[in-house]
Amino acid sequence: MVLSRWIDKRVKYVFVLPALIFVLVMMVFPILYTLRLSFTQWSMGSLAPPRWIGLRNFASLLFEDRRFWPAVGRTFLFTIVAVLVETFLGVVIALILNRDMRGKNVIKTLFLLPMVATPVAVGMVWLLMYEPSIGVINYFLRMLGLPQGLWLASPAQALGSLILVDVWQWTPMITLIVLAGLAALPSEPYEAALVDGASTLQSIRLITLPLLQPTILAAMTLRAIDAFKTYDIIYTMTQGGPGYATETLNIYSFVLGFQYFQMGKASALLIIFFALTLGLAVMINWLKKPLEL
Amino acid sequence: MRRALSVLLVMAMVLAVGISAAAADQPYAGTTIRVLFSNHPWTDAIRPLLPEFEELTGIKVQAESLFEDQLTQKLLVEFASGTSTIDVFMQRPLQEAKQFAKNGWYADLRPFAEDDPDIDLDDFFPSALLAETVDGILTGIPIVTEQEIIYYRKDLFAEHGIKVPTTMEELEEAAKYFNDPENGFYGFVSRGQRSPAVTQFSSYLYSFGGNFDVDGKATLNTPEAIEAFTFYGNMLRNYGPPGVLNMSWPQALAIFAQGNAAMYTDASVFYSNLLDPNQSDVGELVGFAQFPAGPAGSKPYSVVSWGVSMAATSRNKEAAWEFIKWATSKEMTLRTQARQVPSARTSAWDDPRGTAEFPPQLVEVILASSEGAMPYDRPNVIAVGEARDIVGTIIVTAIEGGDVKAVAEQMNREYQALLDREK
Repeated sequence: MVLSRWIDKRVKYVFVLPALIFVLVMMVFPILYTLRLSFTQWSMGSLAPPRWIGLRNFASLLFEDRRFWPAVGRTFLFTIVAVLVETFLGVVIALILNRDMRGKNVIKTLFLLPMVATPVAVGMVWLLMYEPSIGVINYFLRMLGLPQGLWLASPAQALGSLILVDVWQWTPMITLIVLAGLAALPSEPYEAALVDGASTLQSIRLITLPLLQPTILAAMTLRAIDAFKTYDIIYTMTQGGPGYATETLNIYSFVLGFQYFQMGKASALLIIFFALTLGLAVMINWLKKPLEL
Repeated sequence: MRRALSVLLVMAMVLAVGISAAAADQPYAGTTIRVLFSNHPWTDAIRPLLPEFEELTGIKVQAESLFEDQLTQKLLVEFASGTSTIDVFMQRPLQEAKQFAKNGWYADLRPFAEDDPDIDLDDFFPSALLAETVDGILTGIPIVTEQEIIYYRKDLFAEHGIKVPTTMEELEEAAKYFNDPENGFYGFVSRGQRSPAVTQFSSYLYSFGGNFDVDGKATLNTPEAIEAFTFYGNMLRNYGPPGVLNMSWPQALAIFAQGNAAMYTDASVFYSNLLDPNQSDVGELVGFAQFPAGPAGSKPYSVVSWGVSMAATSRNKEAAWEFIKWATSKEMTLRTQARQVPSARTSAWDDPRGTAEFPPQLVEVILASSEGAMPYDRPNVIAVGEARDIVGTIIVTAIEGGDVKAVAEQMNREYQALLDREK
C-alpha cells in the first residue's frame, strides 16, 4: 500500500525510468567512457592497463598524424559533393514524378528501390560492376567506344566512384521527402499564377522551390549527417584504399581501433568526429533560421 | 559355491591386471583437455581422427572450431580474463606469437620436446622452428608452412623458348617479352593492395639484400630496400594488369587463373586453387619455380602459417603435450599432408606417401625454397597491422611511380617510432 502510494505520487518519474536507464546505459555511458579512453594510451590485448596521457592523443592526431587531415578533407568532400548532387537530382526527379502520368506509381516504386537495398550488398554489386577488366561498366564503355576507367583501382577516381554509389543509393531518399513536401503544397498560388500567365518553369522557380525550401533543407540535413558517417559502402568496396585514397574519418577510426588496437587514439579520433558532427548539425540549424519565418 | 567363488576370483584378477596395464599405457586416462581449432584444412584432416587419440591415450578431447579472427579474439579474451580453461590451441605465429609471448600466455614446449625423443625436433624445417621461437621459448609446434614461389605458364614458356626466370633480371625480361596489354594479356601479376602486398613483397626485399629492420633499427630507406621497392613497383606498373593497386590474392590469382598473365608470384598454398578446374582455366599449364635470385640470392620467405601451442594456464600440461605430440607426429603429419596440407617436417616431404597429392615440380620447389629461407614475411612486431600499412604505403607509391625515396624516408621514421614504442 505504501509502495503503491509512493509510486502514484511520482508516477511521472517512474514511467520515464526505463527509457532513462536505457539512455544512460546505452548512450551516455559509452560516450563518457570513450571520452575517458581518449585521454589514455591503451592497446587492447596487451596486459598493461590504460595509461593516462592527457591530451597527447589529440595533439598527435591534430599535429603529427599524416592520415588525419586528409581523412577530414575526404570526409567533407564526400559529404558535400554527394549531398549537393543528390539534392539536385532528387528535387528534379520529384518534380518530374509529381505530374500526373500513366504508371506513375510503378515508376515511383522503381526509383525508390535502391534505398531499400542493404548497403553492404550494394557495395559488393558495385565492386563487381567497377572491376576494370571484367566489370560491366567498362564493358559498356568499350562497346560504345568510350575511354574506360580504372574506377576503384585508381587513387584519383576511387572517391568519385564511391560518391557515385552513394548518389545512386540515396537520391531516392531526397526524392521521397520532397514528394511528401510537394503533396502538402497549397494549390491557390498555382491557380493565381496560371491566371497571371506564368509558364511552368516560372511557377516552379518562383512558387514551388521557395515553398519547398524548408523541406529540401530538412532532407539535406538528414542526408548530410548520414553521408558524413558513411562506413559500410566504403569498407566493403575499398577499405580506404587504394593507398589511402578513400580513407575517411570513420574508416580511419576503425583501423586505429580494431586493426592497430590503439583504443586510446581511436577514441580521441571518435571524440573529434563527434564534435565535428555536432558542429555540422548546429551550423545547419543556424543557417536554416533566417529562412524559416 | 566354491566354483562360483573361484570364477569370481579369476575375474577380479583379470580385471586388476587389465586396469594396471591400462594405467601403465595410459597414464592420463580420464583427463579431459580443451582444444581450440581454427577452421582450416589441417583441422578438417585431424578432427575425424580424434577418436584414435582418445582410444590410444584415454584422454578425452573437447574440441571447438572457430574462424581465424574469432579464434584470435576468443584467445585474447579468455587469456586476458585469467580464468581460461584452454589447454591446447592453434595459432598464427606471425600474427600473434610476439604479443602472446610478451603476455606470458604460452607454455614453453622446449622442455617437453627435450624430454621426449618421439617428437624429433630436428626433423622440422629450421626456419619453421625459428618462427615459433620467441625470446628463447618454443611457443608452438609448426603444422602448416608456406613459401613464396613463381607460378608460370609452362605452355607459353615452352612455345616461345623462354627460360624460366632464376634471377630478377630474367623475371623482368620474361615479363616484358610476354606483356601484351592490347590483347588483355600481362607479363606479370602479384598483389598491389597496401597491406596484403607486404607479405609477398618481403621475398623481393630479402633477395635484394634488404630487411624491414635490423637490431631494432628500421631499414626501409636503405639503398637495397629502395631498389627492391622500385623493382616491385616497376614490374607491376609496366607489366601488370590495370587496377593492380586494388588487388589482394583473390584478384591477382583470378587474373592468372583466367589465363591473363604469364607469371604470378605468391604463396605456395594457392597451387590447389590454380589446379582446380572449377576455379582455374590454366590447370595443367601451371609451372612452379623457385623465387628468383636478386643481388643477395634467392631468399623467399618460408613461414609457419599455423602452429599448435599449449596454454601457460593449462592444468593438464602432460595430457596436453600428449595431444600435441600425437597431432604433430611423423605419422599424423604424413596423413595430414596427404590431405594437401603442406607441413614443416622433412620426413613427410621425403616420403612418397607425403608427396603423392602434390605436383612433383612443386615438391622440389618447396624443398629448395625452405633452405636459407626467411622465417617471417612481415615486420616482426606486435603492431603488425600498423607496420604493414607503413610498408604498404611505400609499395603503393612505387607502383604509382611516385617518389619512392622520399616516401621511404618518411615511412622509415614512422616505422622507427613504432619499433621504439614496442621496446
